Amino acid sequence: MKNKILKLLEGDARLTDKQLAIMLGVDEAEIRKEIDSLEKSGTILGYKTIVDWEKTERESVTAMIEVKLTPQRDRGFDRVAEKIYNYPEVQAVYLMSGAYDLSVLIEGKTMKEVAYFVSQKLSTIDSVTSTATHFVLHKYKDKGILYDAPEADERGTFN
Amino acid sequence: MIDYSKVLSQTVVNTPKSGIRKFFDLMNTMSDVVGLTVGEPDFQTPWHIREAGIESLEKGRTYYTANAGLMELRSEINNYMSRRFGVSYEPEKEVIVTVGGSEAIDIAFRSVIEPGDEIIVPTPSFVCYAPLAKMSGAVPVILETKLEDNFKINPEALKAAITSKTKMLVLPYPNNPTGAIMTKGELEEIAAILRGTNILVLSDEIYAELTYTGTHCSIASLEGMKERTIIASGFSKAYAMTGWRLGYICAPAPLAEQMLKIHQYGIMSSPTTSQFAAVEALKNGDDDIKMMRDEYNRRRRYIYNGLKSIGIESFEPEGAFYIFPRISDFGLSGEEFCNKLLYDYKCAIVPGSAFGEAGNNFARISYAYSIKHITQALERIEAFVKSL
Ligand SMILES: Cc1ncc(COP(=O)(O)O)c(C=O)c1O
Repeated sequence: MKNKILKLLEGDARLTDKQLAIMLGVDEAEIRKEIDSLEKSGTILGYKTIVDWEKTERESVTAMIEVKLTPQRDRGFDRVAEKIYNYPEVQAVYLMSGAYDLSVLIEGKTMKEVAYFVSQKLSTIDSVTSTATHFVLHKYKDKGILYDAPEADERGTFN
Repeated sequence: MIDYSKVLSQTVVNTPKSGIRKFFDLMNTMSDVVGLTVGEPDFQTPWHIREAGIESLEKGRTYYTANAGLMELRSEINNYMSRRFGVSYEPEKEVIVTVGGSEAIDIAFRSVIEPGDEIIVPTPSFVCYAPLAKMSGAVPVILETKLEDNFKINPEALKAAITSKTKMLVLPYPNNPTGAIMTKGELEEIAAILRGTNILVLSDEIYAELTYTGTHCSIASLEGMKERTIIASGFSKAYAMTGWRLGYICAPAPLAEQMLKIHQYGIMSSPTTSQFAAVEALKNGDDDIKMMRDEYNRRRRYIYNGLKSIGIESFEPEGAFYIFPRISDFGLSGEEFCNKLLYDYKCAIVPGSAFGEAGNNFARISYAYSIKHITQALERIEAFVKSL
């Protein structure tokens, strides 16, 4: 049941308890209990809206930064990661296998702002040995959602 | 000048146009209509299946296949039938790949009908059976199924409909438009009536995978029934492949041999690209079916309860993706209800009469739509019902 609820909410966070209850064939109280426990355990971390900022006036750029580090004694990469993820402009920090160590996803208003972040904040962290910044030119699909072609129902229209 | 009234086949001239399209076309002339009319999946064909079709084109596989279809596909159809429903068919002689379930139904009728033979057609049901039966020279004998019987075939009524001319029974389950299914036990009662006769069964199992309250049972899997059963099925509904136009027939060799001739001369072979895609579907599509079935099932519960909460009681569908509420409870015929709902509240559903007179008091609502879309439509239906 937990996984079924998670799958449905992952697809649409705005489903109400009542809707979930009907779709899964259980009662509303059970749904509420499960969701409360999923929230409490940190399995459900939040409910957010997916925005295509390109469709607004607001300027925004996204960059993926590859970061190489020298490991630190005791805490490995955790401390550096923490330092990085505490910046509010940082959207995601992943520990990676392969050619580099951390992948940092950052969103800024302009390229300049991102460049400033990399040169002034990221590169100055002691154990950061190198960075490579890749700007996102266009989002086709993110979090499972298509950006350019929001599904139109074309059934019955090929006339 | 040529006199067309003298050249046309009267059988065809007297065949009415499909009532489903009529409503659909009407709806398309209006704006902002929220419709629950469509009888095809809202999913696109799963990507790996589309890719297999694309790959076949890239490799230049643009030729005819064997008349009966790619051998690999026929083998996979046999594997699938055995694995899912416990009936097997010799790929060489008992499987024909057709242009949709539609062609399968057509050639099944045409291969067995002598003028005047009767085909028993339970209604409400999909629109094609009676017209195709007539065009094959048969007399369709309508067997109305009843809400009280959960729209299943009543064995006594079936017995009463059988005459010395009965050639075939159409078994349209899971049913479009009612959502009814027939369980093994219920099919057993039908089988008991047919065993020992020369009556054939055309089992339209195109919605077999969309069964929500258990697994589909094919009448061919019952003792002594395979020899008299023609299964018509296809890829349209289970794999969301309506536009690929691909279906199949599974039937005993002496029947399939004759059907193949009609297919051979009338069609040559089914679309090659679609056949390559279908091989992939059967080999690696089980998870897709499950994903879509689970989703339809959620919508089924949602719409059933949604209608209930706005005061529309319906028979709880167990298969396909339609719900078939009785509209006459509101003092309107299905047709009046649907017209008013469309013009005044901009919500389109299909009058039950499109599926035979037995559907006059009902309307068909498709739930092959997103929950969001269904919610919007329910709001309009609620507003309409409150105004009555
Ligand atoms: C009960 C039933 N049988 C057969 C068909 C024909 O489907 P296709 O020709 O796409 O396989 C349909 C389509 O709506 C149907 O509802």
